[in-house]
Amino acid sequence: MEFVDYYNTLGLNKKTNQKEIKAAYRKLARKYHPDLNPNNPEAENKFKQVSEAHEVLSDPEKRKKYDEFGKDWKHADEFKEAQRQQRQQQQAYQNAGGYSNQQEFSGDFSDFFESMFGDQGKSSQGRTRQTKFRGQDLNAQLELNLKDVYTTQKQTLTVNSKKIRLTFPAGIEDGQVIKINGHGAPGINGGPNGDLYITVSINSNTDFKRDGKHLYTTTDVDLYTALLGGEVLIDTFDGKVKLKIAPETQSGTKVKLKGKGFPVYKKENEFGDLFVTYNVKLPTNLSDKEKQLIIELQNIRSHGNK
Amino acid sequence: METNKLVLVEHFCSNCDINFSFINALNEYGVIEIIVVDDKKYILNEQLKTLERAIQFHYDLNINIEGIDVIHNLLHQIDDLQEELRMTKSKLKVFKVDE
Repeated sequence: MEFVDYYNTLGLNKKTNQKEIKAAYRKLARKYHPDLNPNNPEAENKFKQVSEAHEVLSDPEKRKKYDEFGKDWKHADEFKEAQRQQRQQQQAYQNAGGYSNQQEFSGDFSDFFESMFGDQGKSSQGRTRQTKFRGQDLNAQLELNLKDVYTTQKQTLTVNSKKIRLTFPAGIEDGQVIKINGHGAPGINGGPNGDLYITVSINSNTDFKRDGKHLYTTTDVDLYTALLGGEVLIDTFDGKVKLKIAPETQSGTKVKLKGKGFPVYKKENEFGDLFVTYNVKLPTNLSDKEKQLIIELQNIRSHGNK
Repeated sequence: METNKLVLVEHFCSNCDINFSFINALNEYGVIEIIVVDDKKYILNEQLKTLERAIQFHYDLNINIEGIDVIHNLLHQIDDLQEELRMTKSKLKVFKVDE
C-alpha cells in the first residue's frame, strides 16, 4: 500500500482553499467522468482517484487528519479514536438521509483511504439534497457458443443473490447488449433500481463464419469431383445438406444456400443464407502411373489448344 | 399512451429536489421529451437515465444546459460509431484467415 498524494491527484498544493479544490475536482471530473468516457477503464480509474481526493480534501476534518498524519498512515493506532468519532458522525448523517454521488464509486476507494478513514469514512461530502436516485446500472458479460444462439436460449443467472430467468432470442449478435430492467444496484433513498446490461460474447468455435444473418463456410472438393461433377455432403446448423457439384467447378466458386444461414433476430422462421466456397484439393503423393496419366492429360490439353 | 411507462415530472422534481425549470430546459433543448397526458406532464421511464445523467452533469460537474446538450449529442454519436465498429468487426471476421 502506498501513500496517495491527494493534492497531486487534483493538481493542487497544501495551501489551496475549498473553492480551488472544488474547481479542480470539477475540472478533472468533467474530463474523466465515466458517462463522458464510455468503455474507458483508464478514465474510470482516474475518476475514482479524483473522487477519492475530493472526498478527503473537501471535508475539513478529513483534510486536517490527512495533512497531519497522511504520510504516517502506518501508525494506525493514532487514528482509532478519530475514526470512532467519525463513525458516529457518519451514522448520524446517514440517519438524516444524506446522499452523495460518490457512493457509486465508494466501493473502489484505495487501501490508503481505507487505512486512513475506514470504511465509514466514505461519502460524507458531495450533494446533500435528500434525493431519490436510480441505483447504479450494472454490466455483465455472457459467453455463448455460435451453435447455442442458433436457437433461442433460456438461461438462469444469479444476479445480486437473486435468480433471474432470461431468454436470449435466436440470432442474437456478438456484442449485442441486453437490458434487464430493474436488476441493477438498488435505488438510493427509495429510488428505483438500476438496470442490468448483459453483453453477449459469442464464441465462433465452428467451421462457420457469421456476418449478421448470413453464414459463410468453405468445403473441400476433390479434383476429380471438381472436374467431372458430383456431389458433396456439407454440415449446416440445420443438418447435413447434399450439394451438386457442376463439372469443371473452379476452386473458390461460391454457392448460396437460401435460408440455410442464421435465424434473424426476433423474426420467427426468417433465416439468412449460407454461402459455401469450394476449395478444390489437389491430390498428393502421386504414384508413377498417376504421374504418367497426368502427363498424358497435359499433352492432350497442349495439343488441343494448338 | 400507457401511463405506467411514464414518470410524472412533478413527482420526479419533488423526489429529486430538482426545479421544474431544469427539466423544462432539457425538454426545450431536446435532451429529454416531456409528454402531456390529461394536462399532466410526464417523461418516459426509459429517459430517466438520461435525465439523471444530466442532473449529475449540471449539479455535480457544473455543466450548463448548452454543455449538456452538446454532450448528449456527442454520446449519441459515440453510440452510433461503436455500433458501426461492432458491425464492421463482425464483417471482417468473415475474411479473417484461420491460423
